[in-house]
Amino acid sequence: MGNKKEITCIACPIGCSLHVEINGSEITVTGNRCKRGENYAFNEITNPRRTVTSNVKVVGGEFPLASVKTSDAIPKKMLFDLIESLREITLKAPVHIGDTVIKNFRDTGIDVLITREVGKK
Amino acid sequence: MNEIKTDALIIGGGAAGMAAAVEVVERGYRAILIERDESTGGVLNQCIHNGFGLHVFKKELTGPEYAHLFQKQMNQKGVEIHSNVFVLEIDRKNKKVTTMTRSGICEYSTKVLIMCTGARERPFGNLRIPGDRPAGIFTAGVAQKFVNLMNVLPGKKAFVLGSGDIGLIMARRLTLEGMKVMGVAELMPYPGGLARNIVQCLDDFDIPLYLSTSVTKVSGKNRLESITLCEFDRETREAVPFSAREVEVDTLILSVGLIPQNELVEDFVKVDSINRGLTVDNYGRTSEEWIFAAGNNVAVYDLVDFVTLEGKNAGQSASEYIKEGILPKKTVKVARGLNVGVITPLRVCTYGQPFTLFIRPGKSMKKAVVSICGGLKTFVKMAVKPAEMIDITVSSDLLENIRAKGFEEIKVDIEEVE
Repeated sequence: MGNKKEITCIACPIGCSLHVEINGSEITVTGNRCKRGENYAFNEITNPRRTVTSNVKVVGGEFPLASVKTSDAIPKKMLFDLIESLREITLKAPVHIGDTVIKNFRDTGIDVLITREVGKK
Repeated sequence: MNEIKTDALIIGGGAAGMAAAVEVVERGYRAILIERDESTGGVLNQCIHNGFGLHVFKKELTGPEYAHLFQKQMNQKGVEIHSNVFVLEIDRKNKKVTTMTRSGICEYSTKVLIMCTGARERPFGNLRIPGDRPAGIFTAGVAQKFVNLMNVLPGKKAFVLGSGDIGLIMARRLTLEGMKVMGVAELMPYPGGLARNIVQCLDDFDIPLYLSTSVTKVSGKNRLESITLCEFDRETREAVPFSAREVEVDTLILSVGLIPQNELVEDFVKVDSINRGLTVDNYGRTSEEWIFAAGNNVAVYDLVDFVTLEGKNAGQSASEYIKEGILPKKTVKVARGLNVGVITPLRVCTYGQPFTLFIRPGKSMKKAVVSICGGLKTFVKMAVKPAEMIDITVSSDLLENIRAKGFEEIKVDIEEVE
């Protein structure tokens, strides 16, 4: 006997309605329009993940903040942990898009990268 | 007074203006982009979330990254950027634009003008909500600027009115930054934003979404102290008696729509009453021959990618106009048929190149057929809704067919099918 679940795919703006059937360790996904949907559903059942975007403080720059993103989706349960870690960080201008702010966050293999150019004031 | 001569003057350095300016210089003409802010990028600078660029760059970018790709192109290709410039007046007869700059008045003479002035957020005063007028009420974009650019948190406990994507994204953003978001209210019986944003901005943080609900009163002496929520009937949209309840919050975030911004030209350039933006043809040309327009001041688009594509189109046509001094004059009207809301372009030169028609459907439909010229060509679209624009590519073949059959107008209908 399987366990059924309906989830909305967040891989892209289309937002497909995915039907997931769980039979022990076997997970079947239907309703997805691409491979990313299948991966998303699989992760959502086993270990939900999210790409996180936020800001870090910058001193001596043309702006007080530089925006950041995770290089890939991190486990959802680590989300607030990551936000807390980012609060502790202050960078010195200049910072560049692609600069690494946190390397290998909590051993996930995922980095936090700068997404805004902040030049020196 | 300073006087500057140029081939193309672009007003507004957001997504549309940056794309248009790049196209003009690529074709060997001088392009000056004027921007009232310190730097270009427009609202992209404060949209630090990702999801931009899937159409244009085939990858997912954040707003600042998306803007940066164009800023880089502008620098490499030699777009002249004049920032901190504020337009005072446009002289339609002499093709002159008077501006105020840090060093005084500057007058630009140009062969073409490309209007890329975007949209403004619908403000609190426009909602006519009774009650006090305390501090603590912000549009979502203003709150976003505070949090993402200025490092300022607007309050402690917030409520969001309107479920457009910006409102949903701000609900998440404020939660991450330590505010308590009590909920999101939407007057319509369905959410305004994308399904993915309901999931990742509200569900992920257990933020409740109240549909068919709105704010009917705001209270507070100096700072907002509470709001009153009321349910509304799905059909009649009248308030449900005795459904009012008070929620204590110090911050109200508004995500209640965008209004195309065209004060500079609306006295002499045609504006469409439903789009609320400038009427353009498939060249991006307005009713004034030398003025082109693209972006949210034409129609409010869902995706920045679409705005970029429209900006490019206007930049290309404007270059053609600089070169030839004229573009084909004969155009036919695009007519709204069944279930068509916002639609652009509104005029089409059938001798022109293929283009994209953007349509906001009038209602939600499981399966819809978009029909051009009463069935001359049809397109099937799944799960259409007013919150999401439909884009239709009008090919050279279709244009030729419309011309061959002698259609006086291009009628567009959207009908629900089984």
